[in-house]
Amino acid sequence: MTELPQSTTRKLGLVIDLDICVGCHACVTACKGWNTENYGSSLADMDAYGEDPSGTFLNRIHSYEVQPTGGGCSQTVHFPKSCLHCEDAPCVTVCPTGASYKRAEDGIVLVNEDACMGCGLCAWACPYGAREMDRAAGVMKKCTLCVDRIYNENLPEVDRVPACVRTCPSGARHFGDFADPDSNVSKLVADRGGMDLMPELGTKPVNKYLPPRPKDRPAAAPLTPIADVKATGVAGFLDRLLEKL
Amino acid sequence: MHPAPSVIAFTVLSGLGFGFLAFLGAGLVVPTGWAAFWVWGLGYGFAVVGLLASTFHLGNPKNAIRAFSQWRTSWLSREGVFAVVTLLVLAPVALFEIFGGFPLASLGWPGALLSLVTVFCTSMIYAQLKTVPRWNQWLTPVMFMTFALTGGAILSGFNVLSILLCVVLTAVLVAIFNTGDKRLAESGSTMETATGLGKIGKVRLYEAPHTGTNYLMDEMIYVVGRRHARKLRVIAVAFAAILPALVMLIAPEGSLLGIALALIFHLTGAAAARWLFFAEAEHVVGLYYGAR
Amino acid sequence: MTYRQPALDTSPKVSDEIRKTTCYMCACRCGINVHLKEGRVAYIEGNRDHPINKGVLCAKGSSGIMQVTAPSRLRHPMKRVGPRGSGEFQEISWDEALELAVSWLKPLREKDPEKMAFFTGRDQSQSLTSFWAQAYGTQNYAAHGGFCSVNMAAGGIYTIGGAFWEFGAPDWDRTKLFVLFGVAEDHDSNPIKMGIGKLKTNGGKVIGVNPIRSGYNAVADDWYGVTPGSDGLLTLALVHELFQAGKIDLEYLARFTNAPCLIKTEDGPENGLLLRDADDKLLVIDKRSGKPVPFDTPGVQPDLGATHKGCRTVFQAMAEKYLDEKYAAEAVAERVGISAERIKGFAAELARVAFDEAIELDQPWTDFRGDKHEKMIGRPVSFHAMRGISAHSNGFQTARALHMLQVLLGAVECPGGWRMKPPYPKPVEAHPKPHCGVTPGKPLNGPHLGYPLGPEHLALKEDGSPSRIDKAFSWENPLSAHGMMHMVISNAHAGDPYKIDTLFLYMANMAWNSSMNTRAVIEMLTDTGEDGEYVIPRIIYSDAYSSEMVAYADLILPDTTYLERHDCISLLDRPIGEADAAADAIRWPVVEPDRNVRGFQSVLIDLGARLGLPGFVNEGGGAKYKDYADYIVNHERRPGVGPLMGFRGNGEAVGRGAPNPDQIKRYIENGAFFLAHMPEDGSYFKPWNKSYQDWAVKIGLFDAPSPYLFSLYSEPMRRFQLAAEGHGDRQPPDHLRDRLKRAMEPLPCWYTPFGDEDAEDYPIHALTQRPMAMYHSWGSQNAWLRQIHGQNPLYLPTAIWEKHGFAEGDWARVSSPHGEIVVPVAHMAGLNPNTVWTWNAIGKRKGAWALEENAPEATKGFLLNHLIHELLPAKGDGLRWSNSDPVTGQAAWFDLRVKIEKVAARHQTEPNLPSIKSPVPKAPKHRRQGEEA
Ligand SMILES: Nc1nc2c(c(=O)[nH]1)N[C@H]1C(S)=C(S)[C@@H](COP(=O)(O)OP(=O)(O)OC[C@H]3O[C@@H](n4cnc5c(=O)[nH]c(N)nc54)[C@H](O)[C@@H]3O)O[C@H]1N2
Ligand SMILES: Nc1nc2c(c(=O)[nH]1)N[C@H]1C(S)=C(S)[C@@H](COP(=O)(O)OP(=O)(O)OC[C@H]3O[C@@H](n4cnc5c(=O)[nH]c(N)nc54)[C@H](O)[C@@H]3O)O[C@H]1N2
Ligand code: SF4
Ligand code: SF4
Ligand code: SF4
Ligand code: SF4
Ligand code: SF4
Ligand SMILES: [Mo]
Repeated sequence: MTELPQSTTRKLGLVIDLDICVGCHACVTACKGWNTENYGSSLADMDAYGEDPSGTFLNRIHSYEVQPTGGGCSQTVHFPKSCLHCEDAPCVTVCPTGASYKRAEDGIVLVNEDACMGCGLCAWACPYGAREMDRAAGVMKKCTLCVDRIYNENLPEVDRVPACVRTCPSGARHFGDFADPDSNVSKLVADRGGMDLMPELGTKPVNKYLPPRPKDRPAAAPLTPIADVKATGVAGFLDRLLEKL
Repeated sequence: MHPAPSVIAFTVLSGLGFGFLAFLGAGLVVPTGWAAFWVWGLGYGFAVVGLLASTFHLGNPKNAIRAFSQWRTSWLSREGVFAVVTLLVLAPVALFEIFGGFPLASLGWPGALLSLVTVFCTSMIYAQLKTVPRWNQWLTPVMFMTFALTGGAILSGFNVLSILLCVVLTAVLVAIFNTGDKRLAESGSTMETATGLGKIGKVRLYEAPHTGTNYLMDEMIYVVGRRHARKLRVIAVAFAAILPALVMLIAPEGSLLGIALALIFHLTGAAAARWLFFAEAEHVVGLYYGAR
Repeated sequence: MTYRQPALDTSPKVSDEIRKTTCYMCACRCGINVHLKEGRVAYIEGNRDHPINKGVLCAKGSSGIMQVTAPSRLRHPMKRVGPRGSGEFQEISWDEALELAVSWLKPLREKDPEKMAFFTGRDQSQSLTSFWAQAYGTQNYAAHGGFCSVNMAAGGIYTIGGAFWEFGAPDWDRTKLFVLFGVAEDHDSNPIKMGIGKLKTNGGKVIGVNPIRSGYNAVADDWYGVTPGSDGLLTLALVHELFQAGKIDLEYLARFTNAPCLIKTEDGPENGLLLRDADDKLLVIDKRSGKPVPFDTPGVQPDLGATHKGCRTVFQAMAEKYLDEKYAAEAVAERVGISAERIKGFAAELARVAFDEAIELDQPWTDFRGDKHEKMIGRPVSFHAMRGISAHSNGFQTARALHMLQVLLGAVECPGGWRMKPPYPKPVEAHPKPHCGVTPGKPLNGPHLGYPLGPEHLALKEDGSPSRIDKAFSWENPLSAHGMMHMVISNAHAGDPYKIDTLFLYMANMAWNSSMNTRAVIEMLTDTGEDGEYVIPRIIYSDAYSSEMVAYADLILPDTTYLERHDCISLLDRPIGEADAAADAIRWPVVEPDRNVRGFQSVLIDLGARLGLPGFVNEGGGAKYKDYADYIVNHERRPGVGPLMGFRGNGEAVGRGAPNPDQIKRYIENGAFFLAHMPEDGSYFKPWNKSYQDWAVKIGLFDAPSPYLFSLYSEPMRRFQLAAEGHGDRQPPDHLRDRLKRAMEPLPCWYTPFGDEDAEDYPIHALTQRPMAMYHSWGSQNAWLRQIHGQNPLYLPTAIWEKHGFAEGDWARVSSPHGEIVVPVAHMAGLNPNTVWTWNAIGKRKGAWALEENAPEATKGFLLNHLIHELLPAKGDGLRWSNSDPVTGQAAWFDLRVKIEKVAARHQTEPNLPSIKSPVPKAPKHRRQGEEA
């Protein structure tokens, strides 16, 4: 099973819009909530009320500052990160037990917890930090792309999307099929220059990131006064202004 | 990476064990009777204790048996398979030597080869990881193999060979320390490529995703002080190679005391080197945390 | 070999049942679907049908499950047995607790009701709590708005009859430029995020004005890193630019604002007031006739440039004031920390979008004068602002300036602009006035809080001294419309204006993050007089959790969590809603409490009955309401108008109608909310729109149409100035005259924030921001959220970072004129160079919130509050004014000035207050679904 499928029928994944992610962490806890109750063992929180709380999360938000190369003020970018469901997923091929696999039908990368021995090697193989071992269950956890939501017939059709996408208040997360060039996600990637993370590692991530739009663009030309107040006095100026009515 | 004691013990001891078994299998050392029992026992002991140690860091050891299933793609699986096959193939050789008093070359040679393949597989678990540029180079298997052979030679009581291998090991360690330091930079992965934000400019972490730790940070992000590392490197080379070589130079061929002393030095050095191997390895995920 | 993969059930059962209610992980009040499994809360998601959040939830909302099961939840009513602050309590029964409260409150009511002060925090039942306090008869009641954002509320209501907060919103579907001043998160949490996402996806632009570039400001297309406290000046510079270029919506000003009204010039008590007719109607000069006519004359064309018997229009006064060179971009650039070029660019951008990208809706409408308009003209620029503006001592005037800027662009209540949500718009005159008429044993003579229109409405005693314990509505802060909760404890402790007996607090962590000068407040709460009695003799407190405040109360009334009680989000209070629909909502017990706790509102109703308060007992003297649910359904404020507008009468009536016993059931079936859409031609220009006004009367928002003009020029403020100038029989004390003259300027102005008096020795501004994933102190008890923000560094800008040679892991001593703290620091580049900041309310007292004593919140976390005093340093005359806005009494949290020095790294922040004994059992070590215990 740790072989990768030759190709997958669909390529399901997420597009994350860095231009509108406000870094609210909503997707983090929605994911935590859903996955605590669903797919596999629940997500534990160790030392939950103590000195060093540390729990399993499948999606986390980093925040960066970028100093533009051409000068100008620093930009802040909130950066959500979960499994990118790579096409050439190194986490899958390293797995000795066959627990890690990539689904042939939709490309979702999953861990079969019944087979996982908790060696952690897949987490080492993932460049993106997308896998976390659950320290209570001793099995590897990762984003499931909410495989138990997106096909779930017990959910209304509109809700058959990942929990993080459903909850994102700013609409920064999009879910869809990258194999279909007409899908919402494919179009977004095409329009906005969707990018890969660490392309140099050859993992071919399915998830794409939309770069922030250009910021702090030079202001438009300043307004031109309708008259010189010093010359006209306020009264004269007002006459000029109110002529317009 | 977090230098977990179980993984250090696993790689050092199993490496030593299989290295020694290679010497035994190849018939370079041919003990018989009780001596054979102890000698083979030592080889098997190191190998098996090492393998057992590796299971200590498993979160869910009850599924460990499945680790043999994925030999087609997984170096860890291959390592498991080869380890077991090696131990099985060499078992008749050992039994023949203990009870029959003579080597079984027809299985011994393949067994020796398998031992080295096992060590190679172990090394490839690390060397394959593009995510850890320091490991992701040909010197990693060379280093593991050299350790296995050096340990094997010391245990076998081959003074000259040991000294020669110690010299090679010194060279390999110095090389791997030096190339390793440059690997991350050479890999081309930076915070800019990790975030895709390089097109805008220089990236720095402003706020981590959480104020506490998590599995990833505990496991992959471990920062050793530079001066600390320097010292440990000297210790590693001194103990793993230079001191054992000196002992072997002075000690008479076959002296048990000499072998024991050299081995203790060597293992100490190997442990230090392995500790550094893990502790100094920067996982690219650290880039996301502004750490490396 | 073929590829094998395990079989997977992709359609697992999700839950047994979904119950829809309203979130209360913050005051945004989103709709939630609570999934239950075997009777336990399993998963919370947003309700897609809900008007506020339309299905989305924030980080806190999804973490509610960790709140309703938090180990910090209080379990029993408790009576203090050790000294205050010791945390020694005895669990008692509800009957005992309520009788104890009655034994304190009843004699006070008979004798001296003002000695009972009832203050509530960020609750959402102010219409009940104020009703109760009024029936009790004390004037000493308020909610928390005085330390929160009353500047924003009052600044808006006095100017445009509505405010930002969650009381209005940009027309997100149509706006093209959104300008955000001083907001990190705000109450309208999800709607703002949804709006920003929508606007940017539509190709619109966001401008952020904030010293700190995080959160919303991070996604802003343009960021202006303004120097704290100077937004008013920046705004007036923008106004200056727009005036100069004539980029002003003159038509809008003439029709909908008091810009064409005439300012009286003759000396005397009327000087500076506006010209009115015999019916007290504002007069304007009609261009057609050149004659003064009432502003609402049909067909009138008000003349902005008119003069009449020596009176000029407001508009002329504005032109004269704002064309002054002191508001030129070059003149203000240094003070506001933004270059003149960028200020001009900002103004140009506003003008470009407002006028060049104007939109037109083919929607005919009729205004209050009866004039018909074929189209609705939209200026697609929208603003939002909050505490970054208001939590300064010049915040009221700054808020007014911002609203004036919006109005000059014609961008209020128009398509693409910013609009108000029912029950707003509502002119300031339509609000109640403050009341302080106390008669022992009787109710107060009217509502406590309101909007004074002149000195006659102040809450003063016969001798002119403040009537209220918090000195709200006194000459020190005449327009303190929300009271001044931050002054209650210190005033009561000082006996200034008088001593009280019982302090009754609800949902406010006054011994910690909601107080300025936290350590001193703790001392005041535990201080004893010569007789050995506590200076504040009795404290009753209702909290749901083991907060820092619990240890300082004598009687604890433990509340339920938000999923375990009835609540009412009412149009009588702080409602939810949309700009084109009125909405209200409920909470109901989707799970039953597993502890001996009761919903506070039900407890208050019970107490009301036990005290025999009018409105809470029936003719026979028995309890009028069984509990809060009963009250919600059956209470009527005016005949036919009650807490909830939906499903009244036979179930079909909206707004007005007899109580309907099935009302709550109907709300539950409807997803726990009710939405009433306004007519299509009524959803813009609401203050002047006939169709809207008629609809508002129909659903009971008010009893008669109340159209009004926006008050660019504020007469109520001028009346206070007149008093300060010596007119009228209610006169301020002499030491306040100058300050009143300055602060009460009737046209928006800017003055240096009071905190700047310390600028020389303390050159750095220090701020806090709300983290999106935490709610004040509540978040830290939440096992998920505290992992995200378990400690808070002080962020320093590059200039300060480098100047002091800071490196990662370093610590600093931060001092203000008032105190010092020692804290960890971190670097942030996107920050105003004179500003440092930290996340608000992450620091915790050891022993509180069921956290372990070595929790990072208590060892690495800290509060900036220790550096902020509730009084300003003494003036030349030895007087200490409160650290508040002189108009509204708003706590000036963000005026804080500090200096910084590097210190050796350590393991504990300072001050490190001794730990308090936890009143709840120790928390479990690990949390894993099903294995909590
Ligand atoms: N430095 C600094 N200080 C500030 C601010 C700032 O910006 N900077 N902001 C100020 C502002 S605007 C505000 S509003 C205050 C907020 O400060 P507080 O009003 O103190 O707010 P909280 O910490 O949210 O909670 C108050 C109490 O309500 C309790 N509580 C929570 N849920 C319930 C419930 O269901 N029932 C009952 N009975 N109690 C409950 C909590 O346990 C807590 O003890 O802080 C102010 N303090
Ligand atoms: N997640 C979450 N949401 C909340 C709360 C919470 O605790 N957590 N609290 C609720 C409450 S009670 C309130 S009152 C609201 C308050 O919501 P906000 O108004 O967003 O309040 P703050 O977080 O205090 O943010 C103040 C912002 O003003 C900026 N600022 C400070 N001084 C100045 C200035 O002079 N000029 C400008 N332009 N900006 C300035 C600060 O950098 C900061 O970004 O949030 C409510 N919503
Ligand atoms: S992101 Fe990591 S875990 Fe996910 S598929 Fe790629 S390598 Fe595997
Ligand atoms: S932790 Fe589990 S899934 Fe990951 S490599 Fe090991 S066995 Fe495979
Ligand atoms: S797709 Fe599902 S599992 Fe993956 S991050 Fe989103 S919520 Fe979590
Ligand atoms: S929920 Fe959306 S906006 Fe919030 S952090 Fe996640 S992706 Fe960003
Ligand atoms: S913004 Fe978040 S916490 Fe506040 S009510 Fe909405 S979902 Fe709940
Ligand atoms: Mo607030």
